[in-house]
Amino acid sequence: MAEYQNIFSRVQVRSPVYAGTPLPAGVWKRQGKGGFSYWLGWFGDAQIGPIYLGTLGLASLLCGFIAFEIVGLNMLASVNWNPIQFIRQLPWLALEPPAESNGLHIPPLNQGGWWLMAGFFMTTSVVLWWARMYRRARALGMGTHVAWAFASAIWLMVVLGFIRPLLMGSWGEAVPFGIFPHLDWVAAFSIRYGNLFYCPFHMLSIAFLYGSTLLFAMHAGTILACSRFGVDRELDQITDRGTGAERAALFWRWTMGFNATVESIHRWAWWFAVLCPLVGGIGILLTGTVVDNWFLWSVKHGVAPSYPQVFPTVVDPSTLPGAPR
Amino acid sequence: MNFSILRASVLIGIVCLATTSCDRPSAPIVVQHGYRGLAMGLVYSSNQVAALQAANVVPPAPPLADPDGPAATSVYKNIQVLTDLNVAQFTRVMLAITEWVAPKDQSCAYCHSGADMSSDDNYRKVVARTMLRMVRSLNTDWKSHVGATGVTCYTCHRGHAVPLYVWYKDPGPTSNFPNAGWKAGQNAPSPPVLITSLPNDPFSEYLSDNPKEIRVIANSVLPTSGEKGNIKQTEETYGLMMHFSGALGVNCTYCHNSRSFTSWDASTPQRATAWYGIRMVRDLNVHYLEPLTSVFPDNRKGPLGDVAKIKCGSCHQGVYKPMFGVSMLKDYPELAGSLHPAMATEPAPAAGK
Repeated sequence: MAEYQNIFSRVQVRSPVYAGTPLPAGVWKRQGKGGFSYWLGWFGDAQIGPIYLGTLGLASLLCGFIAFEIVGLNMLASVNWNPIQFIRQLPWLALEPPAESNGLHIPPLNQGGWWLMAGFFMTTSVVLWWARMYRRARALGMGTHVAWAFASAIWLMVVLGFIRPLLMGSWGEAVPFGIFPHLDWVAAFSIRYGNLFYCPFHMLSIAFLYGSTLLFAMHAGTILACSRFGVDRELDQITDRGTGAERAALFWRWTMGFNATVESIHRWAWWFAVLCPLVGGIGILLTGTVVDNWFLWSVKHGVAPSYPQVFPTVVDPSTLPGAPR
Repeated sequence: MNFSILRASVLIGIVCLATTSCDRPSAPIVVQHGYRGLAMGLVYSSNQVAALQAANVVPPAPPLADPDGPAATSVYKNIQVLTDLNVAQFTRVMLAITEWVAPKDQSCAYCHSGADMSSDDNYRKVVARTMLRMVRSLNTDWKSHVGATGVTCYTCHRGHAVPLYVWYKDPGPTSNFPNAGWKAGQNAPSPPVLITSLPNDPFSEYLSDNPKEIRVIANSVLPTSGEKGNIKQTEETYGLMMHFSGALGVNCTYCHNSRSFTSWDASTPQRATAWYGIRMVRDLNVHYLEPLTSVFPDNRKGPLGDVAKIKCGSCHQGVYKPMFGVSMLKDYPELAGSLHPAMATEPAPAAGK
């Protein structure tokens, strides 16, 4: 009996290369003949290709490449085209949005103009890829759940880089393209608006994020634990008793009295994953536009508790008479 | 099956090895600094604390000078600041400065030119006079920051003619390509902000004349009209705070409760001390150091032609209280008094010439 008791798949199911179900009539065909990779078979299906590129895929890759190049070449220019410094300083480098004072005007090319272009091409690329996912799902006769889950992530991205800056009246409010710089932006954003941890939508987002990992661990662990009964390959699990899937369900019923079904567990996971960026985006959208200080908001609404003072009362020195400026 | 267990144990072993090999440099010391359960902890590394303690030992002081004796002004010419000292006290200060500031092989001649000790020909003597004025003003007018502990020349100089921790205006990275690569004054590993990518030069913006507003956090629940901090200003303030953190060897919670950085009622008393410190540094930079621009030769100036200026790290040098709070001033009462209170608020007259 095949074993799946390892961190990677020890069993590679091999069949002749399969091109997939026939495509509806169209301009594009699937590219490539398909082949096998033993190494990739450790992590997934060993068959690689054929792939469907399509108009949307091609356009998306093109836009993504342009955005990637604008960001990368600007970073390279910022270290005087020195490839060694580019590698050394890469985590620090960024393509910065225009100054706040620029507002929503089109900035000069080298003072945020490149940033605006990179953002445009990146967003276009992502949206085109979304449409491609939607169309590929439809072409296979599937539902469009994956596309809508992806849309949730796109929502958060667009709120951060486009909608909120638009509402705030300045491109300078948006996130820079860079590794450390975007993290600095996140920290500064939270500090400026009085600590984002007190934003209830941020709280919800964290709950869905951690909830997602919990559900992922529970589900993946359960299925792997039942793979010795062939749960991952069952076709008749709905009707037959004593199958791997029934054991998976019974495990949780006996452990906590309630269990998901083979179908509902995936609804749980899908909603948790989708709601994480969805509510997060709402929180970002409200920050600065509707609420200016989340800590004070939380105090006002009884969310943030107060704690005993352990120091003598600290007074803002600038409010004292005769204070230096 | 046993084979799998064996393999799993080997894997766990490798993971354990990998994690222990990047162990902490030394045991952390955590000091509670606020109400329990609020993560108000000061985190120190025992290695670093030991190194700092070794580097911050107050040098032994000679016995105090006899308070009786002829006034220094009656014996020496051209005394402008230490006019209230007698000869013994005056000589004691000169010897101390020689030990703290002058290079060992140059002694008095570092500042005094030729045989005439009263001559102001050497620019270093003019600088030293302004510095004496500054120290006296600081110990008198900025007790809100330095308390009774006070400072001496040694607090900054530590045996170096130019203190190790000073700042000049940062011209920023030079770009030879005009159409791309704009850094907006940030996004390079910058020592003043502890090698983060935060805005590179917090000092010019905040510790000199016409400082930017440090406070960027809203004080109301809902947005109000009018000027308020934006994200980029917040990053600049953040950069300044990184300097504080590095200069004092402390984390944010030394002054702030990070749940609400702006709330004074949640802050520690150290935040008020730091607030005065910021004003003190600005005052000293504007009224004592920058007026020396025409006195210093070009080789003592920064790339933009400005003189060395002070920051928190100039005195603190990685310690929450300079010299771990040991007062040197009590050994050097000559540096305590300000006989010229008016001088503290206007540019030092010696600066022009």
